[in-house]
Amino acid sequence: MASAQINPTRMELTRLKKKLATAVRGHKLLKDKRDELMRRFLDMARLNRALREKVEKAIKAANNNFVLASTSMTPQALSTALLASKQEVYLDVAYNNVMSVDIPVYSVRTRTPDESDIYSYGLAFTSSDLDDAVASLSSVLPDMLKLAEIEKSCQLLSAEIEKTRRRVNALEHVMIPETREKIRYITMKLDENERATQTRLMKVKEMVLKKAHGY
Amino acid sequence: MYKVAVIGDRDSIFGFAALGLDVYFADTAKEALTVFKEITDGRYTVIYITEMLASQLTDDIEKFSLQPSPAIIFIPGVKGNTGQGIEQVKKSVEKAVGSDIIFNN
Repeated sequence: MASAQINPTRMELTRLKKKLATAVRGHKLLKDKRDELMRRFLDMARLNRALREKVEKAIKAANNNFVLASTSMTPQALSTALLASKQEVYLDVAYNNVMSVDIPVYSVRTRTPDESDIYSYGLAFTSSDLDDAVASLSSVLPDMLKLAEIEKSCQLLSAEIEKTRRRVNALEHVMIPETREKIRYITMKLDENERATQTRLMKVKEMVLKKAHGY
Repeated sequence: MYKVAVIGDRDSIFGFAALGLDVYFADTAKEALTVFKEITDGRYTVIYITEMLASQLTDDIEKFSLQPSPAIIFIPGVKGNTGQGIEQVKKSVEKAVGSDIIFNN
């Protein structure tokens, strides 16, 4: 594994040791980050599922109500009644930083202060089924906005978890073992050099002694 | 300050107009795409789209899944429901965990 390109020098060894220490520390931090993200994500995903089921059921019920309403009214009357609405919904978005992921938090504002001010039509030309339909849809809206918030957060968190997991794995299975291997290679090479020098010196000493004293 | 948009066929979404959301009617994938491109310019931070249309715009919707805004949320319409909304939740769980542990119980 240790490639031939690395210089077996002390300087390189110090550099690699420093790199290893950083990698190990980074690995630990990223692993912690991953675990915490995962914990939050799972809570949120459960909530997401529950909310989605609730909202889908409610919207389907509201749709049924609208179908019912449209049977007793002409399409034109229906359109005029609904499309000229006097209510408007505004969202203010704040971002909540969870482990470096910005997840949105919506706060809802409506144009008219009374949130139930949703009947944009007079009572004369519309059926009471329409009132029910609008009311049922209106009661889902807070949950729908909550769902948007949670679902978006889940998407963002899951992307971040995937990214973090890759980084953790890359460090754990590639970067750290490779650096360890390189360090081992350099250490062995240096030791080998030292032994070579040692034997050479012993040999030289022997030769020098032999020359000087004749034994 | 942002607003909320809804894309879908007329019958599915005209009720939302009464609540003060901006509704955009689209019956075909082509119309939906035009509308979708037009309204993803930062005016809206939440866009609801019916499952029927969403299933035909997957690629365009996917592009926004990593951006903090807008949130594109699938809702069931009167017809053509594909169960894609819940599928989307499953997908993000699978992406994060590696397998689906929330739904298979």
